[in-house]
Amino acid sequence: MAFNYDKYMRPGKLPHIWCPGCAHGIVMKSIIRALDRVGLDKDRTVIVSGIGCASRMPGYVDFNTLHTTHGRSLAFATGVKMADPSLNVICVAGDGDSLAIGGNHFIHACRRNIDITMIVFNNNIYGMTGGQFSPTTPHGKLASTTPYGNPDYAFDVAELSMGAGATYVSRGTVYHAIPLERQIADGITHKGFSVIDALCTCPTTYGRRNKLGSPIDMILWFKDNTVGLKAAQKLSPEELEGKILTGVFRNDIKPEYCEEYQKIIEMAQGAVAGG
Amino acid sequence: MSAVKALKEERVVAEHEGRQITIIPRYCKGCEICVKLCPQSVLEIKDFKVHVARIQDCTECMLCEIRCPDFAIEIAGKGKKGKS
Amino acid sequence: MKGKEVFFQGNEACAEGALYAGCRFFGGYPITPSTEIAEILSNRLPKIGGAFIQMEDEIAAMASIIGASLVGKKSLTATSGPGMSLKLENLGFACITEVPCVIVNVMRGGPSTGLPTGPGQSDVMQAKWGTHGDHPAVVLAPASVQEIFNETVRAFNLAERLRTPVILLTDEIIGHMREKIVIPEEGVLEIWDRSRPDCSPEEFLPYDTSKGIVPPMADFGSGYRHHVTGLNHDASGFPTNKPSLVQPEEERLMAKVTENLDIIEKYEHLKKDGAKVGIVAYGSSARSAKAAIKQAEEEGIPVDFVRPITLWPYPTEPTLEMAGKVDVIIVPEMNLGQMIDEVQRCILGKARVIGVNRVDGDPITPENILEKIREVV
Repeated sequence: MAFNYDKYMRPGKLPHIWCPGCAHGIVMKSIIRALDRVGLDKDRTVIVSGIGCASRMPGYVDFNTLHTTHGRSLAFATGVKMADPSLNVICVAGDGDSLAIGGNHFIHACRRNIDITMIVFNNNIYGMTGGQFSPTTPHGKLASTTPYGNPDYAFDVAELSMGAGATYVSRGTVYHAIPLERQIADGITHKGFSVIDALCTCPTTYGRRNKLGSPIDMILWFKDNTVGLKAAQKLSPEELEGKILTGVFRNDIKPEYCEEYQKIIEMAQGAVAGG
Repeated sequence: MSAVKALKEERVVAEHEGRQITIIPRYCKGCEICVKLCPQSVLEIKDFKVHVARIQDCTECMLCEIRCPDFAIEIAGKGKKGKS
Repeated sequence: MKGKEVFFQGNEACAEGALYAGCRFFGGYPITPSTEIAEILSNRLPKIGGAFIQMEDEIAAMASIIGASLVGKKSLTATSGPGMSLKLENLGFACITEVPCVIVNVMRGGPSTGLPTGPGQSDVMQAKWGTHGDHPAVVLAPASVQEIFNETVRAFNLAERLRTPVILLTDEIIGHMREKIVIPEEGVLEIWDRSRPDCSPEEFLPYDTSKGIVPPMADFGSGYRHHVTGLNHDASGFPTNKPSLVQPEEERLMAKVTENLDIIEKYEHLKKDGAKVGIVAYGSSARSAKAAIKQAEEEGIPVDFVRPITLWPYPTEPTLEMAGKVDVIIVPEMNLGQMIDEVQRCILGKARVIGVNRVDGDPITPENILEKIREVV
């Protein structure tokens, strides 16, 4: 049975701005289904973004939405969450937005373990500005600013998040849109900082330049080149060569930042009461 | 047999024995993701938009709907997989 | 003024003024010479159920206070020169999205790291034009510890009434100076809150100016779901690039200031019979200027004085009036000549304008100014 996206969409905003074949819409749909699955109150949910293609997503959905400056979504979101910890706060960002210009905010949000869910629309490129290489563009790949191949090495979003202290870390793809939806839902219900590395595609500025085929070729590439964490345990290093691991990398319980701050409030107020 | 009708000029609905495939042409960008994913070749591109060509072959697997990035396809059926 | 007498440092008065005004959120980053404001609020805010957060950088600190303000909390950040440079990015965001908040810049010397522990007044033009694009600027420049308290309260009031960020410019001298001040009792100073919508959530438009130039603002989480973007937007809050909508939006942002000068402008204007010399000074330099005026008077030289307390928008009227009377206007400032250009702009060539400028980390002394007064007389 068809899922009723209209319930969560702002009327009259579609078609969205994304290019034909751009997979951001698949991630957006996964997010909407995840929000529905969790049953979040629209009035009590804030969706925050930065700048870039992915960051246009909040404008389409009927929540409290905040489209901020480049890379800063988590910094704004931290203020929102600290000002009212009872709000559900979700950030959406592209790979350049969240990991290059926003990299500092990203690692510190991980470190604080603040109860925010960060969904990285990871398409390996700066799409909106025309295809410059990003922190997740693989080594050697072509971009408008790496005409001789990318000399940089890419971040592994999951490793970075875990190293920085995020307590829920997963990776999904737009081919595996239902598991992605589940991960996003789990990330939202997780108490603490969650990172979902949502692998998606930019056929227009990345695929064409690197001869990766049509939009569907790029999506099907995930089917053949990713391995679930459980399946990976049974494979040899040779068999895993060049494969991308997907699944839930971490789901830990650790004190959450706003709850810790609430303890500080109680301590400070106790000090007042006790003179 | 399938019948095609337009609702509010925006939604093109194909129907077959209780199954509905709705296309919203204004949302469709003709990327062909749905066409290529469909294991039954139900969908085609005509004039840069998706078009329901063989609704009778649809198994309601939802591959197309879930991965249409443009909110342009909705499948409604009997709620069970397999040919009805 | 009814209240409690205390012996306070300027930065302490700023923190206290913020709490008096209803500040319930502080996002900051350590930087000399403003850090005491953060330290005090890290202690005080949790006691009243507010929140303090030390962010990972100045950019994030500025972002966090905008986020908190969108939820309805009066929010503050405090910094100094290098930190202010970083805050400018999101200051512009607060301007275009019309989010009330207060930014304190305790000015220090030099470009870049400069003189971290020395005073300066070289961020006055940055305060006006620092962030990119056309934008309104409301900047207050107190000159004493008591005034820091009062102007901090006024900064919050103006931010709330105008839905715009307000900058409080102090400097290392008054930030760290201790003076006896009165903390007024609750209710002595008026406190303003932003106007909130009285329509239903369904009818709500976040930038509805049908009832006034400052649109009512709804808190995130209160049921008035809406979109906030740093892109140019229409009344509904959604992006637009229609020339017919962008031009009036930008003009309205500026008009919020120009049409509310009666509540924004504030200055001190002292007139002396027969004065042929005038001084325009602000912040800690104004203190030296006052001492110099007193000494000059003892030497038989009357001097007029204009002290902008609201630095931006600049008080044109008293300056122009003074220029019509005196031959020379002296502008002492701890920079190499910034507000002097503004003074020149508004006096229409009616007087000669000369600066007294120091950027060596020492304050401008009364003697520095007195020398100039004697020279021009």
